[in-house]
Amino acid sequence: MTVTAGAGSGSAQKQLVNKDAPDFVLTSFNGKALRLSSYRGKVVLLNFWATWCAPCQVEMPVFAAWQREYGARDLQVVGISMDDEASLARHAVERLNLNYPLAMGNARLASRYGGVLGLPLTFLIDRNGIVRARYQGETELSTIENQIKSLLAAPR
Amino acid sequence: MLSWLFSKKAAMIAALALSCRVLLPVRAAAQWAAPEPTSAFSIPTAQLIQPDELNRLLRSPGAEKPLILQVGSHMMFAQAHIPGSEYAGPSSLSEGIQQLRGRAASLPHNRFIVIYCGCCPWNRCPNAGPAYKLLASMGFTHVKVLYLANNFGADWAGKGYPVESGQ
Repeated sequence: MTVTAGAGSGSAQKQLVNKDAPDFVLTSFNGKALRLSSYRGKVVLLNFWATWCAPCQVEMPVFAAWQREYGARDLQVVGISMDDEASLARHAVERLNLNYPLAMGNARLASRYGGVLGLPLTFLIDRNGIVRARYQGETELSTIENQIKSLLAAPR
Repeated sequence: MLSWLFSKKAAMIAALALSCRVLLPVRAAAQWAAPEPTSAFSIPTAQLIQPDELNRLLRSPGAEKPLILQVGSHMMFAQAHIPGSEYAGPSSLSEGIQQLRGRAASLPHNRFIVIYCGCCPWNRCPNAGPAYKLLASMGFTHVKVLYLANNFGADWAGKGYPVESGQ
């Protein structure tokens, strides 16, 4: 199927900003249901990653540190692996000792987020479930952290 | 508190450290017989083809059309790929190298081949370098590597060049 220009691209993802974050239900690596909308009321950092993505491996321990530091203030990090094989992703999660829920993604979910055609890719979602920021590629992590602080401090 | 982690320099240092301490053990534990890491920077500049150049070539009626092989993630291929391209497996893995070797085995060595990945920024791509290295070692003389500076989404799909989805 040929699709039109812009599909699966940054432009399609940018259109998500200030829109409702597409909801999804996946089975997390610990076997529990991972439903995005269950985190309504929290600020969600939704990170698409893969074991073959070196910059992702740099970011994920930092996201785990943020989960520890800001979790009590209602930050929730969620990781979605775009690996082709779940076993590789599971092993990476164990090695990195991550403290937030993770699950395997799929092409359909990726499409709903504008196409995940390059990693890392991270979305920040506010307490009302609205996408407020999108970060593609290697991003200055202080930029993301400042946006998290801003969203956490915003009036409910 | 964590601000020292957030500078570009710190991130680069962490990336180097993690590539040794995290990625390699992950692969080893999964019993990957991964080839030696080969940076995309190892590909000679003369062997690169820019996205606009490939797009023009594919649209030119009389031009020799290359065999286009995607050598990265299947999940990305399923979402969007260059029309007519084939999935050849991730060349950072031994299974991907075997798949690419098998696909290329029956081709004449002067066949025009374009390989691409676009999973990550060019300097972080684990697949393009090994794929090029393999085809060169097999004796292929007309191989180009699509230069995707950022990723396939930004540098191909996002430019409005044609894509198709599916397996």
